[in-house]
Amino acid sequence: MESTTPSRRTFLSLSLGIPLGAALAACGTSGPTPAGGGGGAGGSGGSKATYWYLSVQPQEGVRARAVERFNKANPNGQITGTALQNDAYKTKIKTAIGAGQAPTIIWGWGGGTLRTYVQAGQVEDLTSWFDQNAAVKDRLFPSSFGAATIDGKIYAMPAETMQPIVLYYNKKIFDKVGVQPPESWGDIMALVPKFNAAGIAPFSLGGQSRWTNMMWLEFLFDRIGGPEVFQAVFDAKKDAWSHPAALEALTKLQDLVKADGFIKGFSSITADSNADQALLYTGKAAMMLHGGWTYGSMSTDGGDFVSGGHLGYMNFPPVEGGKGDPSNTVGNPGQYLSISSKATAEQKEIAKKFFATAVLNDEDVKEWAGTGAVPIVNGADSAFAGSKDADFLKFVYGVASNAKSFAQSWDQALSPTAAEVLLDNIAKLFQLSITPQQFVSNMNAVIGS
Amino acid sequence: MPALAVFVAFGVIPLAGVLFLSFTSWDGLGDIQLSGLTSWQAVLGDPGLLHALWVTLLVMAASWAVQTPASILIGVFLAGRQRYRALLAVLYFIPLLLSSAAIAIAYKALLDPNFGLGAGLHIGLLTQDWLGEPVLAFSVVIFAVSWQFIPFHSLIYQGGVRQIPRSMYEAAELDGAGRVRRFFSITLPQLKYTIITSSTLMVVGSLTFFDLIFVLTAGGPGDATRVLALDMYKRGFQANLMGPASAIAVILVLVGLALALLLRRLGGGDAGASQMEGA
Repeated sequence: MESTTPSRRTFLSLSLGIPLGAALAACGTSGPTPAGGGGGAGGSGGSKATYWYLSVQPQEGVRARAVERFNKANPNGQITGTALQNDAYKTKIKTAIGAGQAPTIIWGWGGGTLRTYVQAGQVEDLTSWFDQNAAVKDRLFPSSFGAATIDGKIYAMPAETMQPIVLYYNKKIFDKVGVQPPESWGDIMALVPKFNAAGIAPFSLGGQSRWTNMMWLEFLFDRIGGPEVFQAVFDAKKDAWSHPAALEALTKLQDLVKADGFIKGFSSITADSNADQALLYTGKAAMMLHGGWTYGSMSTDGGDFVSGGHLGYMNFPPVEGGKGDPSNTVGNPGQYLSISSKATAEQKEIAKKFFATAVLNDEDVKEWAGTGAVPIVNGADSAFAGSKDADFLKFVYGVASNAKSFAQSWDQALSPTAAEVLLDNIAKLFQLSITPQQFVSNMNAVIGS
Repeated sequence: MPALAVFVAFGVIPLAGVLFLSFTSWDGLGDIQLSGLTSWQAVLGDPGLLHALWVTLLVMAASWAVQTPASILIGVFLAGRQRYRALLAVLYFIPLLLSSAAIAIAYKALLDPNFGLGAGLHIGLLTQDWLGEPVLAFSVVIFAVSWQFIPFHSLIYQGGVRQIPRSMYEAAELDGAGRVRRFFSITLPQLKYTIITSSTLMVVGSLTFFDLIFVLTAGGPGDATRVLALDMYKRGFQANLMGPASAIAVILVLVGLALALLLRRLGGGDAGASQMEGA
């Protein structure tokens, strides 16, 4: 999950240029010879450090200006930035790292993908650097380091913004139907028939994207069983998915699907096209569980929906009898910058200097807050004053700083291999084509892979 | 010789690479390690592969069954010499010029149950959950594929029909054969090799349907439209399993070769022979 405004994964629209031939060709390259995608950004030689990042605005501008400021301040140690589209980036960075052509600074999401880099020996261990530069570390949200830490060592600098998953609702629709926002899972289930009777879908959902469905399970697992339930999966404990709380969460979710809780046709809607957000602000759906990053695009695309105060937002409500703390949240605890272990010593020094002096410095923090997102810096809330989005920013800051647990999105926390199986099974769970029990046994089979 | 060099460089070597990769485990990042048959065991032991193979064959059969009759009829029609037919042929050819991705995006937008054509025009019949129901989604894929490729195959048939000697039709007319009779007794048999050529292109081409399905349904709902090529992509580039993905690539190549050979057999051994008048 990244903080791109319009959508988290624009892969549908972006990676179309990878037909079979290219796939075969990529399969056919092996070893350290430059494969496709190396470009001029070699990992070795030269005194310039390289940095690849995502290209969606306004985030790209913030990233590019941070590099510009750094270059101006450091004429002897320059960074060359390259902006790439989201999914093109995902494929290209993997190919580049596999071919030993990684950029000096590797932008990423931490978690499972970072773990694969670490296992392949491709990224620097930054633990001792953070020990020596305690000031850099202490400025950042402690919770953001979880996804940067693999086996007790820190392999990435947390950067940019936090993006918890938020329960959004359309205030106009709630007034029209004459109901109150839900305060518990029971309230949600009680609201469903009321909205359906009024001809409005209770929840919008871009189900074809699959990770959108996953956000529901992340919260249900947490609220029913606490963060330990998924933590056991993450720690590769045998049969971790068989936890009774997991079964209860999966059953509750299917109950909601069966009660027509989600908009008709949700399994063919993609989040990439922002159609799910459009359903909320056009009043076709009453509520939506989605990432904090959708706030920005809803205010741009939704007419007066956000500016007119019609958008309501809250943390996911508790489930009756559940063990999880209702202040917990899930989502993106941050974005992550790693240093390629294949870079020259000189390039590594430039990267570290960039981390220490340019990433989330005061100016950078101000710029990030200006995009309607919350930088992962302690006390970032002081930068919100005067922002037209101050209320939302304060809400997000409050959620993130009060959360006892800020769990990383499952598909980012797990290895890409396990995540793919997870997303497939979640899609089938929402299709009601597998039972909770089948989901559990399918997932138990890939624990630790 | 240059042709051979090109074939080796861009055909044989990548294929050998894929074959090699299918006996390794590689996540695309670290070292490549030989792992014997584990990738093959993982792929062959996975019910997902059989499903993907089944969907692939269904797509192949259904798109052939839709495209072939339609292409022949349109091809025969366009083979006439009137001017307006030339214009029609040009207009008609446009879908083939669009990229599959663009077609998929357009169809996806038009078929959206909430913001699509049906909802916009308030036509209940069009307001189905087109891409959310397995059978409907599969039908949409076949329709979109046919819409895209019928023009191409019509063009082939148009050429085929124009090759048929006029004298045959003139003789048939003298004998009193009607339009329908002439079509079944002369046109269709004379198009035999054109049908085989076009079918081979369709069948082998349908093995590689990827972009259209990827954008339109992403293999969904569930895995109702998850064809082999998509399965390969998902395993290789989304799940980081290059070994099993390479195994599927090898399977795809084998299936394609087998089908091409089979079609050649069906056409008899002389499919490459010349078909001049009187032959």
